[in-house]
Amino acid sequence: MSNPIISYNNIISSLGFNSQEVVEQIAQGKTGLRSITKPTILEKPFISSMVDPEKLKAAYRKIAPTSPHTRLEQMMLVSLSDTIQKANIKLSGRVGLIISTTKGNIDVLDNKNPFSRERAYLSKLALEIGNFFGFTTEPIVVSNACVSGVLALSIAKRLVNGQKFDHIFVVAGDLVTKFIISGFNAFQALSDEPCRPYCKTRTGINIGEVATSVLVTKHHSLAIEESVEIVGDASCNDANHISGPSRTGEGLYRSVQSALKEAKLNASEIDYISAHGTATQYNDEMESIAFNRCGMQETPINSLKGYFGHTLGASGLLETIIGMHSLKRNTLFPSVGFRELGVSHSLNIIQKPKETPLNIFLKTASGFGGSNTAAIFKKI
Amino acid sequence: MNKNNFIQGYCRIKDNTVLKNEELLFSEDTSTLNEFLKLAYQHFKTDYSKFFKMDRLSKLGFLCADVLLNSLKENNLFQENTAIVLANKSASLDTDRKYQKSIEDADNYFPSPAVFVYTLPNICMGEISIRHKLYSENSFFIFDAFNADYLWEYTNSLLQNKKADSVLCGWVDVDEDSYEAFLYVVSANGNLNHTKEEITRLYFTNE
Repeated sequence: MSNPIISYNNIISSLGFNSQEVVEQIAQGKTGLRSITKPTILEKPFISSMVDPEKLKAAYRKIAPTSPHTRLEQMMLVSLSDTIQKANIKLSGRVGLIISTTKGNIDVLDNKNPFSRERAYLSKLALEIGNFFGFTTEPIVVSNACVSGVLALSIAKRLVNGQKFDHIFVVAGDLVTKFIISGFNAFQALSDEPCRPYCKTRTGINIGEVATSVLVTKHHSLAIEESVEIVGDASCNDANHISGPSRTGEGLYRSVQSALKEAKLNASEIDYISAHGTATQYNDEMESIAFNRCGMQETPINSLKGYFGHTLGASGLLETIIGMHSLKRNTLFPSVGFRELGVSHSLNIIQKPKETPLNIFLKTASGFGGSNTAAIFKKI
Repeated sequence: MNKNNFIQGYCRIKDNTVLKNEELLFSEDTSTLNEFLKLAYQHFKTDYSKFFKMDRLSKLGFLCADVLLNSLKENNLFQENTAIVLANKSASLDTDRKYQKSIEDADNYFPSPAVFVYTLPNICMGEISIRHKLYSENSFFIFDAFNADYLWEYTNSLLQNKKADSVLCGWVDVDEDSYEAFLYVVSANGNLNHTKEEITRLYFTNE
């Protein structure tokens, strides 16, 4: 049995409002990260990539909303509207909707936010998105910290392989808010400069925001140029610590092994790894241990956090879409910000754009709660 | 096609009572959830100091899972590769509100990492995983109300694709004064059929 594929896709970000535009910027070596001065979020300047409010307003107006939406809803609606329009399939009872987010409309808890606090319930957010397009099935919200975006693809694949759905639209998004930035700042995890994953002199994470969406479908006839098949996927917990990654990379190692087994592939058959690489000391170190245990130290690897920052529940989906375009272009994009290896086990960090035949890539993510997800995608 | 799966057991914590299968294990009238959970913790001789660092959602899910998984362990029914599939309505809003209070006012600004980390619903699954050494599949879903459909569908897919040998699943929700945990374990063996109807019946019977 062949697995579902990922087809139409969209990215709403500081680097553009559709996937092609965003990937073109990355190909030109541009980053969306810059210094932001916004005392309503943090008293000192911070590095982030945020969606341009004017551009969002214009794009949102174009989709002709009839009731007001929060900022995150607007981003998700604009993204999903592009993907649904391109897919052009009827939203019947065989079409599902998965929403991936860690914090949803968390900004409505703020006293100054005009929306009702009710909107902080993720099911309310989901209902807004589902009703706007007229989905007839109940939306499924996945909220599993930083692995949510990749996990949502894994869940979509499993549900499409089940009995209920032929197609599932997945939309993912999270905002840069005072809530999130103050939290990572309290953890002393924020970097004062654009982040440098796996680098010796890395100083921490940047948080960014995007909304992004894809169609996952069992109908291979809906494939487009950058389509990939989801050939294997797994999530394994570290069972070790709620806020620190495992010292042995246990959950990530197990996730990759399980995904490889399902895909019936060896480590050497992976052409490229799109890793998590948040640029915190512990995360990057943990990944180097796990990938070495997997025998993947020679496999070209990057983290895309240097282009967007960590976009939380959207990051896994965002980075999977970039990976799909990487495969289509047969081009490895550099892990921007990297200078000199700063993890204990060797990794083959991509430092310059490189054209090379690419067929299969591995996407991984790890997050709070000891969660890890790995998914393997193959060109069709 | 679908191999039959079974519900091995279930546990429910609600209205100051702990029920396992049909049996009332503990009941105590207290005014707060935290107080009740502390008494239940003592009653079950839980002995796990990290419990007191957890937020209310994690404490509730942790205790409910502990009662259920420990009883499977006593009967040699516990399986190492047990996945966790949880759902609720309020995600981590209970702690989100608490954290929001700590950043709302510039004159009273004290964001704490220890609170911030619990502003994710899946931390509850992390706590259960650490306690029972579950290096397994975890996913946290949010629905408007208890939804047997998706839990059933997703649990079956995990078992069928051999991603897990058994699945701890259910509903764990804390929202201001209301709370509820209903967890059950599904595997290839057991007494109750794993069907949407049966899950719904168990959920509502003990309500």
